[in-house]
Amino acid sequence: MNARTLHPFHGGVHPEEHKTESNGRPIATMPLLPCYVVPLRQHIGTPAAPMVKAGDRVLKGQMIGQAEGYVSTAVHAPTSGRILAVEPRPVPHPSGLPDLCIVIESDGEDRAVEFQPLDWRSLDPSALRNRIRDLGLAGLGGAVFPSYIKLNPGATRKVPTLILNGAECEPWITCDDRLMRERADGILRGAAAMQTMLHADEIIVGIEDNKPEAVAALQAAAKHLGLPVEVAIVPTLYPSGGGKQLAYLLTGKEMPAGGRSTDAGVQVFNVATAYSLHRAIDLGEPMLARVVTVTGHVAEPQNFEVRIGTPIGDLIRQAGGELAGATGKLIGGPMMGFELRDDAAPLTKAVNCVIVKNRKLFPAAPPAMPCIRCGECARACPALLQPFEMYWYAKAKDFGKAQSYRLFDCIECGCCSYVCPSHIPLVDFFRFAKGEIWAREREKEASEQARQRHEFHQFRLEREKQEKADKLAAKAVDRLKTVETSSSDPEAERKKAILQAAIERAQKAKEGITPKNVDGLTPQIQQEIADIEARRAQLREAAHAKDEDNA
Amino acid sequence: MSQLAHSPHAHAPVSVGKVMATVMLALVPATVFGFWLYGWPAIFLWTVCVAAALLGEAATMQLQGRPARPALLDGSALLTAWLLALSLPPWAPWWIGAIGSLFAVVVTKQVFGGLGQNVFNPAMAARVMLLISFPVEMTLWTAPAPITGLHAPGFAEAWRITFGGGAWDAMTSASLLGHVKTEFTRGVDLLSSLPGYYVPHDSVWGQRAGSLGETSALLLLFGGLYLIARRIVTWHAPVAMLLGVAVPALIANTLAPAHYLGPLPHLLSGGIVLGAFFIATDPVTSPNTATGQFIFGLGCGLLTWIIRTWGGYPEGVAFAVMLMNATTPMIDLYVKPRIYGRNRKGQSLPAAPSKKEA
Ligand code: SF4
Ligand code: SF4
Repeated sequence: MNARTLHPFHGGVHPEEHKTESNGRPIATMPLLPCYVVPLRQHIGTPAAPMVKAGDRVLKGQMIGQAEGYVSTAVHAPTSGRILAVEPRPVPHPSGLPDLCIVIESDGEDRAVEFQPLDWRSLDPSALRNRIRDLGLAGLGGAVFPSYIKLNPGATRKVPTLILNGAECEPWITCDDRLMRERADGILRGAAAMQTMLHADEIIVGIEDNKPEAVAALQAAAKHLGLPVEVAIVPTLYPSGGGKQLAYLLTGKEMPAGGRSTDAGVQVFNVATAYSLHRAIDLGEPMLARVVTVTGHVAEPQNFEVRIGTPIGDLIRQAGGELAGATGKLIGGPMMGFELRDDAAPLTKAVNCVIVKNRKLFPAAPPAMPCIRCGECARACPALLQPFEMYWYAKAKDFGKAQSYRLFDCIECGCCSYVCPSHIPLVDFFRFAKGEIWAREREKEASEQARQRHEFHQFRLEREKQEKADKLAAKAVDRLKTVETSSSDPEAERKKAILQAAIERAQKAKEGITPKNVDGLTPQIQQEIADIEARRAQLREAAHAKDEDNA
Repeated sequence: MSQLAHSPHAHAPVSVGKVMATVMLALVPATVFGFWLYGWPAIFLWTVCVAAALLGEAATMQLQGRPARPALLDGSALLTAWLLALSLPPWAPWWIGAIGSLFAVVVTKQVFGGLGQNVFNPAMAARVMLLISFPVEMTLWTAPAPITGLHAPGFAEAWRITFGGGAWDAMTSASLLGHVKTEFTRGVDLLSSLPGYYVPHDSVWGQRAGSLGETSALLLLFGGLYLIARRIVTWHAPVAMLLGVAVPALIANTLAPAHYLGPLPHLLSGGIVLGAFFIATDPVTSPNTATGQFIFGLGCGLLTWIIRTWGGYPEGVAFAVMLMNATTPMIDLYVKPRIYGRNRKGQSLPAAPSKKEA
């Protein structure tokens, strides 16, 4: 069934899957809420610029924040109503810092703007991409990179291989699984548009072997849509859903370090992104909602199709609410997710899962022990790094060394921490080291610029002085020689004396330059320069006198 | 407020203590066999080693003002003492075990900074130290006297052997490697010294004079294979170490059978199998890449063969391992994995030969 030869990536781990808690029920919807909070920064890059102010009335699907700059995308009103405020609010972000949001009070009517399906086959590619940007499409797998950029194959280039990522390798999360089971048609319609836009030769959907229903659904959809889509089953091994890992697994192509996936002729999109592209082009609908898994220590773990901007507390209540003994919430999966600090934070395009924790499912990490250099972390690392070396140097704050072990190739997948028998929070150290290096780099850049300006100034002064003194000395010596060989009359003697003095002074001037790091043009130096000029004049005079003699 | 945890929020059910426990489990068959073969004195010696190591570990942690409990529970001191005990002459006096264990834990490990920081394998460093300081006690071997047999010392007599001094002259015997070396210095070549002394079948099972737990190659091999199966160690260092001994032995033996032992007696004698599976695989003191481990194992084997063949000591595993321990940082510096998206030199891979724009 699986014709494709897979290229297993290095390392990886297999945590407990916990998929069955939430993947048995269909995707549910949520009733309209009285209030939505739409962050302007929901994607990687520059936040969207607000287009509304408090008091404005908006319709569902109306653009309320527009893309700002290249790496950016738009945001839209999830329902009709009135803008209450444009102000910083808690958002689901690891930093826990509030961010600028548009707060909408819904009017209960849920009136929408008129959605215009895109005539994507005839639209000019760049116009089409701009439309997609304005419809707010961003990758739904977690990285939330603006989709319109990834749909650009480059000037005359094509991207031969289009990969749809349905691996969903993080434990607990099942939103892509349910989406593939229930909306395979839409996913493939979106994929077909992607293929056209990228001029791709093939479409491969990668799905882990723990989702047989999704595989079957996609295969059936491909058949009845008549699309040449290959559904490839990959082993369940975290992080097979990492873009680089999945691409390697399916094609054997490695993306160059620091490069882009298109450098390897591959582009990877999440299945949910393909689905929202389908909604965008076939229905003209902006990215207003996404499917999200609510699971863990809640009454009814389930997937919901939720409007962007829904407060996460409301979402958890929709899943029956958290049970007694809950110890916190995770946004995303257990391997790469982060702790939610405020239930009022809204759902964004990046949030694929909310897990309510309890002590049994998520016990506190045991205290860290010393590293025994067992190499388990290196064996688990999909980037083929040596985490224990990076840890060693990061801990010693020797960031240069840590970097030489390619700290910045680390994708922070967490495999190393997961397997470490000494329970060392390795990824924490890597994040810390990266942060420090960035901070230092910025500092260094600033002071480096200042230093360079200063040094160049110094250098120019030195060079000028040096040149002048050299010329002076050479000329004086020349003249002296000619005078000596010519004659011994009193006039020549006089000239000789003048030249001798000039040479001595030139010598002195030269010596005077030797100290380095002179600060600016001191009066002394100005005086010296004036002196040199004066001596030059004298020399010229002497030379003229001699020429006259010879004549 | 509770401290915020960072990702990953899941962890594999592993710990240093569990890893050490698995290694100890793998040592159990050979150890129990050693106890049976050499009787109560062996049991006493093993107990002394373990007790001294735990005391030493607890005391040094206390002195450094660090909690002793986690250090004792991680099992590393226990394992070190265990490995050392297995490499000692089974009837050695108690103070040999005590000094060796304390040296291993306090000097070789804690002085270097504790768990994970030591350069040399503690058990092997202690063995080398003992061999140099107490050459007589360290080379007095006992002929096997199974605990169930007639010649076995009783409990009281065993107590005197281990703790009282003396009383075991009647039982001394030479190990195979020692015998060969002695005969050789007397001018007797292998062709006449070996027959009657080397019985492969006995060596496989361990029915001969030797260290407490090194004699049964077969049981140690089982333990080692178990570790590989449990993925505690990989095959690279062990296989390389066995090859490092066997290949030169085979070549030399083929060329001059009267002067060089063949591969089989080499592999079945002394600490090779224990060293290959339990010492050369010590994560702390061996390289971290598969290639590095292979080089390391090969070096251990080769050096062992060289020391056994031309050195002053009949056995060379401990020396060989220590020498290779010293090269580990070098090996790790030069043998690094090829990072994803980069070539071996660490440069980024070139972009794919896709259609570039003109
Ligand atoms: S897994 Fe942990 S103990 Fe083992 S080498 Fe890596 S950091 Fe060290
Ligand atoms: S977090 Fe970084 S170092 Fe650790 S396994 Fe993942 S890529 Fe490797």
